[in-house]
Amino acid sequence: MKPLRKPVFLAAGAYTMSMGTGRKEFDPKKSRPGLEYYINEAVRAVLAQIPNPDVVDEGVIANFMAARFNRQGNLASLLAAAHPALRYKPMVRVEGACGTGGLGLATGIKTVLAEAADVVLVLGVEVQNTVKAIYGADILAGAGHYASERKVGHAYFFPNKFSERAGAYYERYGAERTRKAMAAWYANAVENARLNPLAQEFHNTSPDLVKVGMTKPDAASFTEHLNVFDCSKVSDGAAAVLVCSEEGLARLGVGRDAAVQVAGYGQVVDDLVQAPPDLTALTTSRKAVEAALGQAGIGVQDVAVFEVHDCFTITGILSMEALGLANPGEGPDLVSGGAMKRGGAYPTNTSGGLVGYGHPTGASGVRMAVDLWKQLIGRGEGFQVAVQKPHGLLISMGGNDKTVVSLVVRK
Amino acid sequence: MELKDRLRNVAVVGAAGKMGSGISLLLAEQLAFAALEDRAGTYVLSLIDISDQGLQGLVRYIREQIGKTAERQINRLRSLYAERADLVENGEMIAEFVHEALLHVRTGKSLDVAKDALLVFEAAFEKDELKIDLFKKLADGCGSATFFLTNTSAIPIGFLGRESGLEGRIVGYHFYNPPAVQKLVELIAPSQCSPGLEAMAGELARLLGKTIIPANDIAGFIGNGHFMRDGLHGLAEADRLADDLGWAESVWAVDRVSRDWLLRPMGIFQLIDYVGVDVFQLILSVMRRHIPAPELHSDLVDLYLELGVKGGQTSSGAQKDGFFRYEKGRPVAVFDPNRREYVPCEPDGWCKAVEARLGPHPDPAMSWKALQRDRDKDAKMRTYFAHLKETDTLGAELARRYAAASRAAAERLVEMGVARRPEDVNSVLTLGFFHLYGPINDLM
Repeated sequence: MKPLRKPVFLAAGAYTMSMGTGRKEFDPKKSRPGLEYYINEAVRAVLAQIPNPDVVDEGVIANFMAARFNRQGNLASLLAAAHPALRYKPMVRVEGACGTGGLGLATGIKTVLAEAADVVLVLGVEVQNTVKAIYGADILAGAGHYASERKVGHAYFFPNKFSERAGAYYERYGAERTRKAMAAWYANAVENARLNPLAQEFHNTSPDLVKVGMTKPDAASFTEHLNVFDCSKVSDGAAAVLVCSEEGLARLGVGRDAAVQVAGYGQVVDDLVQAPPDLTALTTSRKAVEAALGQAGIGVQDVAVFEVHDCFTITGILSMEALGLANPGEGPDLVSGGAMKRGGAYPTNTSGGLVGYGHPTGASGVRMAVDLWKQLIGRGEGFQVAVQKPHGLLISMGGNDKTVVSLVVRK
Repeated sequence: MELKDRLRNVAVVGAAGKMGSGISLLLAEQLAFAALEDRAGTYVLSLIDISDQGLQGLVRYIREQIGKTAERQINRLRSLYAERADLVENGEMIAEFVHEALLHVRTGKSLDVAKDALLVFEAAFEKDELKIDLFKKLADGCGSATFFLTNTSAIPIGFLGRESGLEGRIVGYHFYNPPAVQKLVELIAPSQCSPGLEAMAGELARLLGKTIIPANDIAGFIGNGHFMRDGLHGLAEADRLADDLGWAESVWAVDRVSRDWLLRPMGIFQLIDYVGVDVFQLILSVMRRHIPAPELHSDLVDLYLELGVKGGQTSSGAQKDGFFRYEKGRPVAVFDPNRREYVPCEPDGWCKAVEARLGPHPDPAMSWKALQRDRDKDAKMRTYFAHLKETDTLGAELARRYAAASRAAAERLVEMGVARRPEDVNSVLTLGFFHLYGPINDLM
């Protein structure tokens, strides 16, 4: 696998609070800020880190379903509304379901590699609390193949897709140990979120998280194998970061030590119309990780911190296997043993992940990149972990393991 | 005729009131699901009340609430609509369900609308003459096979049947407020009631997800039979303490003890306000008329009403002022009939002084709210009441007297034959009044 043709860096990252149930500020009965607010907040926080916002050459806005959640299209030009320095510049919107943020990062990286720009603002955003979860489930079902799957699908379409994965995993590798690992994943997610004031579960004070995580699923009201705590949150939020060339980084004026370098990335899709080849494995994610590590020229053991797409706790466990940190069927042991914890061998989702921080779908991949950047340059504040190795890795996954970007960055 | 056939044409009289609207909602949901499972049939729900405004508000309420039901029952809806290729999304199915449910509903101000009904629910104001007049007209207008279910909480059902010519075809079907939520239905089958009607009433309750507690046809039945005596005890206690504490103080003290010391969801005076001071008086008068019980009377209640203090709720569900003045649903002042004004509660003033007179709560961690979902509540209550029994404070003494009066009222209902067994009284109090324990118990 060829290395990147020129150095690419990430710098000046930021993300907003993840708003939704769990936050004390959230009241479903009151009106809330919309898409524009979150875009503006993230852009403002990024541009505040550099002396001259005019250095931004291009922009990428990553968003999954604003056309339905917010009845808004033409997002490329909505991005330019966030700051005068963004007007009359090339902007583009990308979409790849819940892997949208990863696509945004890949697009920014390619733009720099193509030498079309030296500084690309990549922003991910989603504002989903405009509808109740039962209607949001319809919208999110667009991440599957709508024509062939929605009508026959479950009311809670995606939770059920991953409930089926959990069921298949139980069958092949044992239900009880998997269920326990799912609860451990939930507990770790909330414990990390408690360290991140922007996380949706920051206010969670539940004394026994494992017990909560073990809540028996209720098929009549939700899904057969997942309880609501196994699920990521319904969230409003945005994240943004600057993707730069070496020249671009110099123009930013932030210094190399305040940036991370892109070591490699893998961008892979599978056929949306077909069922996954193996319900117990994230086959596409695995390929994206292999491509990213291959390009970086490193092994997974060289990675200090991980961000994985735990849209559901079972997905967190499957991701550990897709990363190659555990053999098929051994993910639950790895997770129950605490390897993904802050002090464990593979600190993962240190700011809460999708279950703990929240999952503003289009923003999640970008938020992960920002958290890797924070950890590697030592700006993790309350959730900083000891980084002994130079690399960080993320998996941004769309749909049922269909559209995936994996990114490796280094100090 | 089977229940499912009767459900094809149902009417609710007094549909726009507090109880009527809840009953209408339950039936609208039932008919909507029945129609989905039986596409060949036609279903009609006639909702009758006296004002256009009320009926329009009722349809709006049903539409909103059925939408919420559809959201909760989305899995069931998805399977019921499996064959409808045009309905793909949750949102589409929910909208269609609400639309179809409202297709069955017709509203009107005339009882003529009910003439084809096979099942008629009545939820008019609790007045003998009014109910008898309505039932006479319905008896004339409806077919001879029609069954009548009256949401009556005090007037003997046999009396209503005899006076209106509906003997054998009428049964008491007393929902608790709000009917869409509360699980209890008191079923009062008068002696002449046809066995088919009584059985059907039980079957209907199961369909609606309600628990039936049978009560004999003696004015007030179990619910009001207990509540009236419980309320009168509270009034007598406040009166007894007033010379010493002052009126506002004693109302406040008795309310607090009956809620916090007895671990009930509401204090007795707040409960009377919730029901309505006027309704409380009305039920007392109904009961006195039908059973020899002159003690079911309160000069204080009469005085309050003379002074225009009525309680009850506004049409939007907010609590109106009664024994207490309310702000955001919480009592903030106590009415003093001597001064004819509300005396503001002063948390650091007289309330604190009353608090001191009552003495400390036996265990501040124990409250209705805290115990409601506690799986160990029985054991915790046992410990709590054992402690209360030994506590030598005014609060504890009032609580013991209150519990004893509540128990005596319950036992009286069994002696009088209103309730068939002590367990039925306990069930009415736990299901209908949300008490954590029945009045006939071995806790104290």
